[in-house]
Amino acid sequence: MTNLLNAILVIVLVLNLFALGTSRILAVIRTVAFQGALLGLIPLLAHEHLTIPAVLAAMAAMAIKGIAIPAIMIRALREAQIKREVEPLIGLLPSIILGALATAFALLVSDQLPLAGPRDGSLLVPTSLATVLVGFILLITRFKALSQVVGYLVLDNGIFIFGMLLIEAMPLVVEMGVLLDLFVGIFVICIIVNHINRAFSSMDTRRLVSLKE
Amino acid sequence: MAFALIILPLLAAALAVVVPCNRRRPWLLPSTGLAHLALTVWALTRPDLMVTTSWLVLDPPGRIILLLVSVLFLICSFYSVGYLQQRQQRSNRVFCACLLAFLGMMSLVTWSHHLGLMWVAIEATTLASAPLIYFNHTQHSIEATWKYLLVCSVGIALALLGTFFLAYASLHQGLQSTLLFEDLLHDAPRLSKSWLHAAFVLLLVGYGTKMGLAPMHTWLPDAHSEAPSPVSALLSGALLPCAFLAILRIYHICHAAGEDAYPSRLLWLVGLFSMAVAGVFMVGQRDFKRMLAYSSVEHMGILALGLGIGGPALFGTMLHVVNHGVTKCLLFLSAGNIYHTYGSKSTDQVRGVIRLLPLSGSLFLVGVLAITGSPPFAPFISIFAILNGAFDAGRFVTAGLFLFLLLVVFIGMGATLLQVVQGRPPAEVRHTPYRDDVLSAVPIVVCLAFVLLLGLVIPAPLNAMIHDVVHYLETQP
Repeated sequence: MTNLLNAILVIVLVLNLFALGTSRILAVIRTVAFQGALLGLIPLLAHEHLTIPAVLAAMAAMAIKGIAIPAIMIRALREAQIKREVEPLIGLLPSIILGALATAFALLVSDQLPLAGPRDGSLLVPTSLATVLVGFILLITRFKALSQVVGYLVLDNGIFIFGMLLIEAMPLVVEMGVLLDLFVGIFVICIIVNHINRAFSSMDTRRLVSLKE
Repeated sequence: MAFALIILPLLAAALAVVVPCNRRRPWLLPSTGLAHLALTVWALTRPDLMVTTSWLVLDPPGRIILLLVSVLFLICSFYSVGYLQQRQQRSNRVFCACLLAFLGMMSLVTWSHHLGLMWVAIEATTLASAPLIYFNHTQHSIEATWKYLLVCSVGIALALLGTFFLAYASLHQGLQSTLLFEDLLHDAPRLSKSWLHAAFVLLLVGYGTKMGLAPMHTWLPDAHSEAPSPVSALLSGALLPCAFLAILRIYHICHAAGEDAYPSRLLWLVGLFSMAVAGVFMVGQRDFKRMLAYSSVEHMGILALGLGIGGPALFGTMLHVVNHGVTKCLLFLSAGNIYHTYGSKSTDQVRGVIRLLPLSGSLFLVGVLAITGSPPFAPFISIFAILNGAFDAGRFVTAGLFLFLLLVVFIGMGATLLQVVQGRPPAEVRHTPYRDDVLSAVPIVVCLAFVLLLGLVIPAPLNAMIHDVVHYLETQP
């Protein structure tokens, strides 16, 4: 089981780098959708005793992160009809290198962390930290509103992975609440993105600079 | 009881979506507000109603914030009716529904005793309030909404990571991993110290973003200055205290763990830094609503500082939550009337307010004097109590810095205030059709009554509630 779990986590790490290095927004959205769907599998593998709430939470996570959210974002992208490149602050190759450095950093740091139990010897904690860092890199280095939303999703995926260690502490209702918040959040953000696009004829958040001192 | 207080506004929100008439729909706001306040007062007088399940408990700090939220919502709801009547050309369906859902989610924050549930509720307040900020559909309001949504969502995501770290702190020590507040409080002395510290930092950054503490405050001046005035008043007076409540709960766990030196130092630092940043941006501020927004940053800094000093300053801090809430409500609502009359927020155009709007102008004047801590108004009492606490705790340098920053803010706000109030109104606005009427003025006068009353005497029930909080925070479970 641990081998399979680690294999999935390695794929998640590779998808992080892929999201950093892809130039088309549509491809990045699909990458993150795939990553989200994969994450839904983890609760089924990380625990010896499968309970019905765990299975339900996993299915809901897969449906929302893998299908519903990407669908909303792709619709927003289609309605916007813009140039579909991500236009990063730093080039794609330097982004990948930065992402790889962040991953190495996360692996080193989690070696030093006081972790409990044999289960946590897996890649869960380092993958979680690396994904959170990659999410931040995406948020900071991208200018298009939708690519920043993708950064937020990657950040959220990272936190979701850490949550896998604590499935007992998060009852089903709360887990569903977190997913619902994420879903509604992306929904509202996509509406605003659409309005930005209409009002500024662009999704470039560098145009949102009129409010300042 | 908790269910009634949370579900009632949500049902009203659903009703607001269904009601077809744009003119009658806003009246749902005050009627829900009245019912909510009645239920709140009833719940506060009956201790047996305060525990619904282990997840939903109304603890002493929650009681104060719930009462504050309920009162401010009622005041702002009457003002909103007037506000929306003057904007009949725009559909207010989304506005009413979101404002009611916002009330429901803030009530949930005050009740929730499960940290995961509290996170869900706080994120939901962000989502419910974003469409409210966007109500005017201008380019500026889009920009403000975008910043609000993105910065707060990312900040609150970090708070979720911090919440997980907190649960891991108990798992690490071989305890059952839990996010129930009571359990965490009970197990606090046995929690893993290093994970607890890491969790506190992330939670302070996360909920601090929502609370508007510098340097995570960047969304706040934009959102508070671009939102419709009743929404600004609620964001500042009610929502920021909800985020403060979240930080207070985490601080309580650290305190129970006997680890409060580290959180206190961080809160002290963030508090003073927020006050300093607000002071710097307030001096020479030309946008009077933005000035009020920075004043919120300053006062959240005061709350963080008060919590950081701890012990003797706690009473003043909790009192200041209430006093800041009502005073800021007074200010934002009167600023809304001024903005509506002049059509501008810049002190270049807005001059001679007292001549053009005798009532709103003088209320604004009194509000600014009150919020800067002039006697005999309410914030003076609570700021003085915090200062007293700092001296009692032997923190003379802190007290000195605190006084100095208050002075900087007073000068900054005073200069802007004089520009707004004095002089002659520009010719083009002298014949504005807008005049103070019942719905736009009475709510502000009610706020003023609270500000004066709380400044002269603290009512016995409120006094008892605040002493409960201090007792609750000081005693080990």
